[in-house]
Amino acid sequence: MIDLDQVRKVAHLARLELTPDEETQFTTQLGSILEYFEQLSELDTENVEPTTRAIDMSNVTRPDELEIFSGRENILDCAPEREDDYFKVPKIL
Amino acid sequence: MTTAAPAKTEYEVIIGLETHCQLSTQTKIFSPSSTQFDVENPNRHIDPVCMGMPGVLPVLNQQVLEYAVKAGLALNCQIAPYSKFDRKQYFYPDLPKNYQISQYDLPIAEHGWLEIELADKQGEVTHKRIGITRLHMEEDAGKLVHAGSDRLAGSAYSLVDFNRAGVPLIEIVSEPDLRSGKEAAEYAQELRRIVRYLGVSDGNMQEGSLRCDVNISVRPMGQKEFGVKVEIKNMNSFNAIQRAIDYEIERQIEAIESGEPIIQETRLWEEGAQRTISMRSKEGSSDYRYFPEPDIPPIEVSPKQLEAWRCELPELPAEKRVKYEDKFKLSAYDARVLTDDRTVAEYFEATVAEKASPKLAANWVMGDIAAYVNNQKGADPEFNIYSTALTPKALAELIKLIEANTISNKIAKDILPELLTKGGSAKALVKSKGLSQISDPAAIEAIIDEVLAAHPDELAKYRSGKKKLQGFFVGQVMKQTNGQADPKLTNQLLGKKLNQPT
Repeated sequence: MIDLDQVRKVAHLARLELTPDEETQFTTQLGSILEYFEQLSELDTENVEPTTRAIDMSNVTRPDELEIFSGRENILDCAPEREDDYFKVPKIL
Repeated sequence: MTTAAPAKTEYEVIIGLETHCQLSTQTKIFSPSSTQFDVENPNRHIDPVCMGMPGVLPVLNQQVLEYAVKAGLALNCQIAPYSKFDRKQYFYPDLPKNYQISQYDLPIAEHGWLEIELADKQGEVTHKRIGITRLHMEEDAGKLVHAGSDRLAGSAYSLVDFNRAGVPLIEIVSEPDLRSGKEAAEYAQELRRIVRYLGVSDGNMQEGSLRCDVNISVRPMGQKEFGVKVEIKNMNSFNAIQRAIDYEIERQIEAIESGEPIIQETRLWEEGAQRTISMRSKEGSSDYRYFPEPDIPPIEVSPKQLEAWRCELPELPAEKRVKYEDKFKLSAYDARVLTDDRTVAEYFEATVAEKASPKLAANWVMGDIAAYVNNQKGADPEFNIYSTALTPKALAELIKLIEANTISNKIAKDILPELLTKGGSAKALVKSKGLSQISDPAAIEAIIDEVLAAHPDELAKYRSGKKKLQGFFVGQVMKQTNGQADPKLTNQLLGKKLNQPT
């Protein structure tokens, strides 16, 4: 199903810091979740089109028309740190 | 046992390009903020959707879909009847949501090609078809501004501007069909011509509207396995693409020959130092953990819609090049120059449609008129050939006046500036200024007689053998007629008069 190394890898990719206890705990929990979903493979889906959604809907689009958002200051203020009109972040190299 | 000197190993270079091209829509791909290039006003064009605020719903810009499909059609791709968006996860401060909405396994277009034209030093032209693996739609990320680089290390930070976040892009991936820096640069240029002809992108490399990442590997000729693939980024001109690739080919061959391993990595082209430097080891694609974007329903393009968009495609540069050579009998070089820019090509064709000789029209459009337009562009980047006051009809008139011997080429060049700036009819201008060429032999003879009478010394010298003086007499006749005497006829008549027995 899923082993400790895979859990560590996924945690790293999601930038999560897990304690050794949590790693074991999540390995068990994620294992049971995957096992639960595995039941689906008992069904015969030979003639069923694959889908990624339950609602049959497509082509939801909008026209290319400009609308200026008036709350940009609020968005900038959400940031832990800003400098003038910029968001300020630790230096990334 | 015989030992032969080892032959110099020949290498095969394998290059593929990933090109990101910004679409010329007014608003972002999933939200109605402006896509304007605006470095002076950071974070002016942001909204909750492109900033990934909780609870927002991205909605696809219809124009993005149309532009992507048109680009796919122009690149001879199969357009997917059913396509979808996916989330590509990675962490970087220029990405507000920590994922980019892109397309993974069902891109809007696949399996296309474009043809590049390669001219060697002798001007010999060959064509090569480059496969297009796929074309998909995605959103751009923001821009990091590295501040405080001149401060003490550790005190520096970065600033983020999200004006570009959510700007619509198409990513076009080529097959690994390219074999040299020159081919890659040619491919990128043809791609830019196509998107510009379609009007789906301005293709401006300086502003980042067209960005090329190059994948390149080298292997000894005959080896089955591919060499290690290295990615190079950060080239902001076609010339830089060519030079970065040529540098990287050399670097990889040297590494192979000295037994050094080539690392799968991303390298940056340094324009100043003219070299590539290592940036980071490349993560495997599975690390992006793509999954279907749940907020955006799938995209279906009906056959009817597809046909409607196909009908709106303009004649593309490659078709125009063939037409110019076959129908207008122009050289491959002329065809290439004239078709580089759609407005120039259309202006040229409009001039020819007014019955001007294609060769003369080509010379005028590529010569004096192009020089004037380029000059004006310095002050106004939007200036193009149609911004001049000279209409294709007036240019055709001017050309026909030359062809009919009404004016000389020189007179035409003299009046061109006025036509370019003030406009009007070439015929009317020639008439009002009395510039018609003098082609009446009697009139020219009369002037010749005057000139000969006024210069008895030169005439005597000529007749005693200084035949070079004919040029002097031609000059005098031209001076007398303000350059309007038919040069060919003047020479002919003058020769007769100078050599007639006295």
